[in-house]
Amino acid sequence: MSETLLRFVVVPVAQIAVVIAALLLIVVYLVLLERKINAFMQVRLGPRRVGWHGLLQTVADVIKLFTKEDITPRHVDRLVFLLAPVVIILPALAAFAVIPFSGGSFRVGSVGVRAWISDVNVGLLYLLAITSLGVFGVVMAGWSSNSKYPMLGGLRSAAQMVSYEVPLGLSVVSILMLAGTASLVGIVQAQESAGRWFLFWTPYPQILGLFLYFVSGVAETNRLPFDLPEAENELVAGFHTEYSGMKFAFFFLAEYINMVLVGCLVAVLFFGGWLPVTFGIPGLREPLSNFFPFWGGAGAMLTGFFWFGLKVFLVLFLYLWMRATYPRYRYDQLMRLGWKVFIPLGLGHVMVTALAILVRRG
Amino acid sequence: MTSVGYLPILIFILIALAFPFIAFFLAWFIRPNRPEAVKLERYECGIESSGEVWGRYSVQYYVIAVLFLIFDVETVFLFPWAVRYDALGLFGLIEMGIFILILVVAYAYAWKKGALEWA
Repeated sequence: MSETLLRFVVVPVAQIAVVIAALLLIVVYLVLLERKINAFMQVRLGPRRVGWHGLLQTVADVIKLFTKEDITPRHVDRLVFLLAPVVIILPALAAFAVIPFSGGSFRVGSVGVRAWISDVNVGLLYLLAITSLGVFGVVMAGWSSNSKYPMLGGLRSAAQMVSYEVPLGLSVVSILMLAGTASLVGIVQAQESAGRWFLFWTPYPQILGLFLYFVSGVAETNRLPFDLPEAENELVAGFHTEYSGMKFAFFFLAEYINMVLVGCLVAVLFFGGWLPVTFGIPGLREPLSNFFPFWGGAGAMLTGFFWFGLKVFLVLFLYLWMRATYPRYRYDQLMRLGWKVFIPLGLGHVMVTALAILVRRG
Repeated sequence: MTSVGYLPILIFILIALAFPFIAFFLAWFIRPNRPEAVKLERYECGIESSGEVWGRYSVQYYVIAVLFLIFDVETVFLFPWAVRYDALGLFGLIEMGIFILILVVAYAYAWKKGALEWA
């Protein structure tokens, strides 16, 4: 009994606590990183008063958000207004339940601990299902605010998130075909046994898939250049205009957690998850997949965290770089890109991948 | 045995659900609460609110919703096919080719009718 309890309750709860704590820490420093990178790209210095070079700036911001008045305007639908930030943060967090952060394993007593919370055979389907729930939070926030800017922002945002859901799903289909499984751990293992990441799969590298996935991911997370729902010079702050204090903080948190999620998924689906970067040199694989051989499985897990973190960081850097580089899309351009370019490209990509698999098999 | 894998996911969802409420509760202790008539008004850049809020909006949003339904269901159909593609082989390719072809006809029709146009 106690072993079952340890295995199915205590270990998962500990893992969940670690994941949520790590996410909060990552978001705090991602915000700072964003401000710093934007600043340096615009030849400014960015925040540097709070802590050494501004290292505590976001911590101060969090404290500020905690102590701010939480205004609930008179005209709002109070229940839906309260639930909207909950509905938006829930899928953002729960999506991390199936992400494999690293390989390797270590034992606590008789229970083996892996670097993922759960490995279900419909992992990718679960991810698509739960992340698409985020749109409900946006619609609820926009509608319940009973105010013009949130209403318009919520409508725009819902249409945008829904439109880019389709190319997002299509770009993932080819990965499923290559891996033959929807389990995210299985997808990384398939890349391991293929000896190369799906990005460089022969004869048809998944570069188009990566492009479709990443751009749709940026549009799904409402980040620049697709941040129309909160285009501040037209809609003030879009669907969360009427929110303040902790409720606003959760919209903010969800946006950044979703960015991290897209980074994790790009790493898992296209860049081989926790697999080391070997530049195709087979001899490098062994030493690079475990920096701490004397620690066995735990060492392999730590090394996997390093490689996974590196890949996620690069994707997030690209996000911030895009924000500093591109102007915002116009709404009709955004819809045209989604419906007239990405959907045909996605369908074509699926069919070409299917053909390539047959050709390869001969 | 396999369904046990969903238990940690359920626990995660419950924790993720509790997390914002705990934060709201903690903030409720610290934050000030001084409501005022003007503060509780709708935000409209400082001027007084006028006109309907839940008024009319572009019909295009409905069109997008319907199109999304069609295409998303189609993507869901692609998923199990993709996972078993290795076993299906050429048969699977032809089968799915016909399915996508039918969809492309509908897509071309929607395009021609201007349903994808944002006016």
